[in-house]
Amino acid sequence: MNIHQSAIPVLIVIVPLLTALALPVVELWKRSAVFPLTLAALAFSFGASVVTAREVLANGPIDYYMGGWEPPWGIAFRIDHLSALMLLLLGCITLLVGIYSKRSILKELPEKEAPFYSVYLLLVTGLTGLVSTADMFNLYVFLEIASLTSYALISVGGGVAVVSAFRYVILGTVGAAFYLLGVGYLYSVTGSLNMADLASILPDLYESNVVLVGFAFLVIGLSIKMALFPMHAWLPGAYSNAPSAVSALIAATTTKVAAYVLIRVMYFVFEPRFSIDTIPVTMLLSWMGAIAMVLGSLMAIAQSDLKRMLAYSSVAQIGYIVLGVGMANAMGFTGGFLHIVNHAFMKGGLFLVAGAIIYRTGIREIRGLRHLSVRMPWTAATFVVCALAMIGIPPTGGFFSKLYLILGAIAANHWAFVAVILVSSVLGLTYMVNVVRYMYFAPAEGEAIPAGITPGAVVREEVPLTMLAPMLILAVGVILLGLFNGEIVSQFIDPSIPERLAR
Amino acid sequence: MNAAHESLVIRTICRLVAVFTQLFGLYVIMHGHSSPGGGFQGGVILASSFILLAVSDGIGEVQRRFSLKALTILTSAGVFLYAGIGVVCLLLGANFLDYGILPLPEPRSLGMLGIEIGVGVTVMAATVSIFRDLMLFE
Amino acid sequence: MLDFAIGHFNTVTYILLMMIGFHAMTSKTNLVKKVVGMNIFQWSIILFIVSLAAKQGATIPIVLGGHDDHGVAPILEASQYVNPLPHVLMLTAIVVGLATTGVALALLLRIYKRYGTLEEDELLEKIQTSG
Repeated sequence: MNIHQSAIPVLIVIVPLLTALALPVVELWKRSAVFPLTLAALAFSFGASVVTAREVLANGPIDYYMGGWEPPWGIAFRIDHLSALMLLLLGCITLLVGIYSKRSILKELPEKEAPFYSVYLLLVTGLTGLVSTADMFNLYVFLEIASLTSYALISVGGGVAVVSAFRYVILGTVGAAFYLLGVGYLYSVTGSLNMADLASILPDLYESNVVLVGFAFLVIGLSIKMALFPMHAWLPGAYSNAPSAVSALIAATTTKVAAYVLIRVMYFVFEPRFSIDTIPVTMLLSWMGAIAMVLGSLMAIAQSDLKRMLAYSSVAQIGYIVLGVGMANAMGFTGGFLHIVNHAFMKGGLFLVAGAIIYRTGIREIRGLRHLSVRMPWTAATFVVCALAMIGIPPTGGFFSKLYLILGAIAANHWAFVAVILVSSVLGLTYMVNVVRYMYFAPAEGEAIPAGITPGAVVREEVPLTMLAPMLILAVGVILLGLFNGEIVSQFIDPSIPERLAR
Repeated sequence: MNAAHESLVIRTICRLVAVFTQLFGLYVIMHGHSSPGGGFQGGVILASSFILLAVSDGIGEVQRRFSLKALTILTSAGVFLYAGIGVVCLLLGANFLDYGILPLPEPRSLGMLGIEIGVGVTVMAATVSIFRDLMLFE
Repeated sequence: MLDFAIGHFNTVTYILLMMIGFHAMTSKTNLVKKVVGMNIFQWSIILFIVSLAAKQGATIPIVLGGHDDHGVAPILEASQYVNPLPHVLMLTAIVVGLATTGVALALLLRIYKRYGTLEEDELLEKIQTSG
């Protein structure tokens, strides 16, 4: 058996796909084997992404041609430094949420693990294929695989979740259709679908209307998928009504992957000078990101439901990422991309905490979280660590990504953006500290105690270990991302910054 | 649509047409590489024959012929055939889905045929199961 | 203006269809009509990209005669055949559209089972009251 060393990147996508389709057959044979098989596939995917990342760091980008056909005739997979970082991120988060999800999904969906995990693994296939491929149309296919499975996973929550999933179906399909239209326009003038090939053919065509309109469709389609303001209307309902494990997974991955695709299209398929000079897309995106940051934080402060607050906070954080991308200099790019990694860990941890609270106590309101630090100490501690990272306190990772963003804004003389970043950090402080206040510091005597909390009943009831361990690992990961951010930037992000931005 | 249609004429004609539809669907799958057609188109034509039977004879009839267990196994089997051919090429040392290395006469043509059959089987099973779920929902 | 429309009639057609689909998605209150609008929206884009493949006076992209004894194909002139790549790409897009419609219809069934209505305004009222 002689599989090429370089075939490992393809296995990252194929193994979850095959396992997803093996699960219904395995269920007919022995139901108890479904969950271990899922975990084995996720662990293999994560291990393969570690091996791939080490290979990319040692030897440079990996190219893999499907069917042996070279580009531009065939579909190629290309793993470079940014893709390797995204694969590591996806592998880690999907494995941790997979371990977490067993208890919480068993409680909400008895007897239906095989369909749930089958769809879960298909989502993992779509996401990992999306970051590995170097073909524009193949990217559309994987994008739709990831989107369709996420619609199905969100609707598992029952009741209002189904309506939120339906709204997400309509809006997400519009976004993907716009992306397809953009690819069609670009194909009609260049005749190629490979990203590297497009990057070499397009510069002669930057003045043509077709390319401009195609680029506009691409950006708008991806912005809908990414929930950039004002196209974020599907996000609060989808994140807050979905089951908690699904919320954590989707919040940490799908929007980030869409942001990654936007970075690829803007800076690698089209040269940076197109996005900066020919159409001032970067300026538009920066302002949209800035507005998202402020409005998202304001809406988050106004919420009384914990998951809805986290959902609006996600809208604000996506504003940070887009602001970093739109700032068009090396510091901003680094800050934006680092924030993708950090936010995945932070938001994933926060949603897992919300899920643990709902699993144990059924409480969804923030006001009901009194004395949580005594009842569920580890859960509350995880929340505090992730909240500190969201606000941006050293040595957590959130501080460093915001630092890069501020430095980038200063370097580009955009003092308005510096003000916006600081203002929205203060707003973030407000809503996060509010929750921590309820958890750790008992309320004033005159406030009414909600039903379900008997005074004096401070029995310690923590969540089971399979749910607790992933949360703690994510919290530790947030701190590690902060301590090692220099390594991440120098190994993964610096070699990939396009030349025009490095000035 | 859950019960059989009362008219004998409709039921007989639909059964006859379903047989020819299936034959045509298999023809479209097999000749995908040299005429308009292929895996997906043939699979949907095959599925439409079952949907026609469900419309005329009631969904119970289709359930009798095509149980949920068979649908599940067929859906997975088709994808395993597709990815299996790809992984066999991988194990023999070439890239994924590089048919040239298979030890068969005319490897590229037979590899593509195998893939189309896999796609056709999966599409048929998936479409029939979508329709079945929509019809049986209470 | 009119000869621009006639010269680029595939573009005008797809834009009309896309706007019809978009109007259905946004202004109709019945959820099934929204799904139909979404379908029309997707199909207009598929039609447009398939229309990009057409050439004047070209034939379908099937090679008649196949291979000769040594397995070598006859010499082709690519300009006489319709471009097959957009057709193949749009086959995949059609499959994606089928899957999306399937998911949307399944969601509509569950909404109907839970709330008893498929009209958007009644649905929003019921969600407000029962949650």
